[in-house]
Amino acid sequence: MKRQDGRNANEIRPIVIKAGVIEQAQGSAMVSLGNTRAIAAVYGPRALFPKHLQRPDKAYLNTVYNMVPFSTKERNRPGPSRRSNEISKVTRHALEPAIFLEEFPKSEIFLCIDIIEANAGTRTAGINAAAVALADAGIPMRDFVTSIAVGKVNGEYIVDMTGKEEEVTHCDLPVAFMPRTKKITLLQMDGDLPQKDVKELIQFAMKSAEEIYKKQKEALRKRWTS
Amino acid sequence: MMIQNSYILNLLKEGKRLDNRKIDEYRKIKIEKNPITQAEGSARIKIGNTEVLVGVKMDVGEPFPDKPEDGVLITNAEFSPLASPNFETGPPREGSIELARVVDRGIRESGAIDTKKLCIKKKEKVWMVFVDVQILNHAGNLIDAAGLGAIVALLNAKMPEYDEKEEKVNYEKKTQPLPVKSNPVPVTQSKVDSTFLIDTNLEEEDVAEGRITITTKDDGNICSIQKSGSSAFTLDEITKAIDNSINKGKELRKLL
Repeated sequence: MKRQDGRNANEIRPIVIKAGVIEQAQGSAMVSLGNTRAIAAVYGPRALFPKHLQRPDKAYLNTVYNMVPFSTKERNRPGPSRRSNEISKVTRHALEPAIFLEEFPKSEIFLCIDIIEANAGTRTAGINAAAVALADAGIPMRDFVTSIAVGKVNGEYIVDMTGKEEEVTHCDLPVAFMPRTKKITLLQMDGDLPQKDVKELIQFAMKSAEEIYKKQKEALRKRWTS
Repeated sequence: MMIQNSYILNLLKEGKRLDNRKIDEYRKIKIEKNPITQAEGSARIKIGNTEVLVGVKMDVGEPFPDKPEDGVLITNAEFSPLASPNFETGPPREGSIELARVVDRGIRESGAIDTKKLCIKKKEKVWMVFVDVQILNHAGNLIDAAGLGAIVALLNAKMPEYDEKEEKVNYEKKTQPLPVKSNPVPVTQSKVDSTFLIDTNLEEEDVAEGRITITTKDDGNICSIQKSGSSAFTLDEITKAIDNSINKGKELRKLL
């Protein structure tokens, strides 16, 4: 099956990843998948205030996911929304397992993700950018994090849906995982699917995301070897 | 707290829990239907000491432009300071937002509400269904209690009548049942060490590193998944969690 934009079912959109795009930040990265574009910046580790938020045994990964007003067809009202609050939360959980947070008790690692252009797959693009930004900042990590969403259209599994494809899919299933250990750190699903499909879709997502992982590593190598 | 945590972990190594339940056993579930007479439908759910109240209210409003013939579903959750020393007043925090959105997705994606039947006039007037979750006592596993409460409240809801001439909703006359087509039930499992616990109490939630909520339908299909918390799962663990949710979902559905 050829898709609307000519891609194969298992083909992600043209991907560009660049590390070190925000001069002020400790670490940063930009990811674009087609015209979905995310920028992530990392500040810290630094002291966490107010003090009562400090944790005695580990750092707090303070995560903010934000869509800028002009990123969508209809203007997106600035400031946090219920959706962005939830995505901030699951993004934090997607990255925490990969970071040695215990090395920085009482501190925060502040991670800000701005979606500057949105055509589906923004949370996964944000996570991909965030993982590169964290590594770029020199935050010690036990593994990387790579993320992609998959769906099912006309009985066929497809990867990295566009907004148009999201309108017709039977499900939307974003996954993030640690590529070395293959452990899953983000999993959400909306739709209506038999059990068997869910398992196969997760495997399909992890397989299709290999190229993203490669690009993430390339971006870091390019930034730090030149 | 640390002593309590290691106690729970040690017990689990022997396959035991603080309150002697099995790993996959719910606390006692009590369901009260329509306790709130003012609401179109309502439910009071107790799972052990956890207690939530879910109310369904309806009103007439404009449909979304991309779905001109569909009724609108709006789900919200209040973590009232009444229910826990850890809940504060103020704008909703991520915990209550996540809960409401997970419950919402279960109802929406399963097609539980026949939204096409809630159209009054295309593009102009449709019924809006408000599902509000009020936590009364937080003793763990709020999502399952809220999800169960939502479907019970919807199943027992009666629609008010709409007076076309006066353009007013008549809440005095509630006759037709709300059209409900499917019974989504969320089952949450928390990972402690490498064990998956069903229906965690507060003490167990303190120890858990991560959880996964899987909502299933009558036919065993899955309509929503939400992984949460700071741990990672293997594909095998997720597959097992899905199996458990399907089985437990069947059990819970018998209570409806």
